[in-house]
Amino acid sequence: MANITADLTPSKADTRLTTADGKPLKAALAAAQSHAKRRAFFLVLPLLLFILVTFVLPIGQMLHQSMYNPGFTLHQDVISKVKTPIMVNVRNWFDTNPPGSEPDEAAYAALAKDFLLLDELRAAGSVGTRVNYDLSGTRSLFTKTARKADKLEPPYKAALLEVDEKWANPEVWAVMRGASSAYTINFYLAAADLTRDVNGEIASVPDNRALYVKLFIRTLLLSVLITFLTFILAYPVAHLLATLPLRYSNLLMIFVLLPFWTSLLVRTTSWMVLLQSQGVINNALVASGALADDNRIQMMYNQTGTVIAMTHILLPFMILPLYSVMRPINPSYVRAARSLGATSWTAFRRIYFPQTIPGIGAGALLVFILAVGYYITPALVGGADGQLISNLIAFHMTRSLNWSMAAALASILLGGILILYWLYDRLIGIDNLKLG
Amino acid sequence: MKLKTILLSTALGGVAFGVAAQEVTVMSWGGAYTKSQVEAYHKPFTTETGIKVNSVDADNPATPIKAQVEAGNVTVDVADVEYSDAIRLCDEGLLEVIDLSILPPAPDGTPASEDFIEGALSDCAVASIVWSTIYAYNTRNVDGSPTTMADFFDVGKFPGKRGLRKSAKANLEMALMADGVPASGVYALLETDEGVDRAFDKLDTIKNDVVWWEAGAQPPQLLADGEVVMSTAYNGRIFNAAVGEGQPFEVVWDGQILDFDLFVVPRGAPNKEEALKFIAFSTDTQRLADQAAWISYGPARKSSGEKVGLFNDGKTEMAPHMPTAKANLTNALVNNFEFWVDRDAELNERFNAWLAQ
Repeated sequence: MANITADLTPSKADTRLTTADGKPLKAALAAAQSHAKRRAFFLVLPLLLFILVTFVLPIGQMLHQSMYNPGFTLHQDVISKVKTPIMVNVRNWFDTNPPGSEPDEAAYAALAKDFLLLDELRAAGSVGTRVNYDLSGTRSLFTKTARKADKLEPPYKAALLEVDEKWANPEVWAVMRGASSAYTINFYLAAADLTRDVNGEIASVPDNRALYVKLFIRTLLLSVLITFLTFILAYPVAHLLATLPLRYSNLLMIFVLLPFWTSLLVRTTSWMVLLQSQGVINNALVASGALADDNRIQMMYNQTGTVIAMTHILLPFMILPLYSVMRPINPSYVRAARSLGATSWTAFRRIYFPQTIPGIGAGALLVFILAVGYYITPALVGGADGQLISNLIAFHMTRSLNWSMAAALASILLGGILILYWLYDRLIGIDNLKLG
Repeated sequence: MKLKTILLSTALGGVAFGVAAQEVTVMSWGGAYTKSQVEAYHKPFTTETGIKVNSVDADNPATPIKAQVEAGNVTVDVADVEYSDAIRLCDEGLLEVIDLSILPPAPDGTPASEDFIEGALSDCAVASIVWSTIYAYNTRNVDGSPTTMADFFDVGKFPGKRGLRKSAKANLEMALMADGVPASGVYALLETDEGVDRAFDKLDTIKNDVVWWEAGAQPPQLLADGEVVMSTAYNGRIFNAAVGEGQPFEVVWDGQILDFDLFVVPRGAPNKEEALKFIAFSTDTQRLADQAAWISYGPARKSSGEKVGLFNDGKTEMAPHMPTAKANLTNALVNNFEFWVDRDAELNERFNAWLAQ
């Protein structure tokens, strides 16, 4: 006994276990495992690359674009992709003179020299657009000046003021100084209804221009409302589907899935046909005498339309997770509760409902996240007050072509959803989620 | 590497094929307007040159151009855009500069540069038509007959929904004209904050009665369905619905806003040569006059004017339906492209904020 113990507590010189051929066991195990690990890694490599290319890169690019706009510093030819630094002389002047300095003749001379290059590259428009983002009404100042760039002669200050008096405006110079760094948080400021005043201090925009904060709040409130409505509608339906015999429930399931498989546009336009003021519902009400002809209900092109159509479109995303958790619930639990004297309400509240919470969590999260980013339905049926933040993102992507602004709005939306997700995890627990 | 080779060769193959097949892709505004172009330009162009014309549509063809050019994936060879967009895109270097010497002279030998209406030619764009934003009403749903811009904004006198384009452009000008500002003073006033406030205040008076439209084909539809009783619209769309399809629509010319539509070629267009050929062909005297037989937009060449005849129904005289007809110009505004190139971003931002209030 004493011998064995002595063998198992080796001397200090030989603390490691070894394999039969004398290699340390730990290293041999690691070698064997690393082989398996490598193989496993190669198996998931395609997926990893796919996620990297289609998910991480675009989001990274979006975050970058929201803070980076080289409109004032770099010109890229769209065909040859050659990048040329622009506004070099003015930027040098900004570097050597502190903020707030009165632009002197040297500054104007630098500007005139930069405009020669702008004219040659046809880049005045993009420079003007960049400055116009921060100070509207200045775009044509740049295009106009570039057109006359080759006729500018010293003294440059007088020559430029001759082209346009706005060149004496300190605001223009302050904004140019701000734009001379390609990295900026101005787009985030704009997305929070803030702006910079002449001294570069952050200030809020006038009330009649405030837009985004209101829209973020509206998007959030409408999404919560829609999630709640889908829950109210889906719970009984899912319960019915889960408790009916299979042959009936399968048939009913088709009715849930059929709209799910139908094109989004078709479903949205169908709601337009039903809800518009000359639509099926209004016509039926007028024909039945319940409504006067000149008093039709406005259910479309406003928030009501957005809520109705989106609730219907997102309903399957609530029904399916609920169904999947309700189906395996053993009915004998509720029966047992009833037999022990619980009322039907108590049995539901204490026995049945808690077992469906993972499904509610999953459905609510799915519907909410889809609703927050919804675009096409509000665009078609939302009219003026039923627009969501995604419609503004689309506006900046396709109409105003201010992609940095679109990226900033989208990043805020993404950040907001991540925070909500984190909250959800803290309050309910993400492992308590059952998607199906 | 291999994948890249495959992708590259496919792309090159595609280009090679495009050249071999000789085609040109033209993007326009859809509906009756695209149809007029297909009939007057595309079909005869293919007959004459053998180059196939693919027609694609957008709510506003100017918007996909920036995305396409910057992504280096241009699929459109010719686009039909509004004046302010043509200038803006050209300034940003997104359009090919067009050598105006390719444009054929008028039949009497007048060079193109003199034959086109003033302002119809610019560095990157060649105008084909003069169109206008007007308002029209459905005579079945309106008691009496509105005649002025003020009537459009008067929901007391003419109750019912109004259709307006969902953008600041044209709406602000019309609001000021409805508020009593003469056409000649509109842009000077809009340059000031007070003018913009006044325009929005006027729009406020009908805000709750507005149905917003985005595609040019929507207003005739909204009017026909009875969703709105009056709507702003592109004048040609209303003409085609009224004369071509017999809808009871009436155009009110008071306060009309004239604009050009111009052909542009995006930088990096795959079939640039064919695109230029197409533009030169389509904007000659005869083609521009021919287009007027399909829709009531005025030709951008002076020499086309006298060749404009009947609508394709064979009996409707086109001249009085043109936005440039003398009787229609009593209180007309010419769209100030410089104003909109400069202020588009700002005013649309304000417009969006106003919409969301």
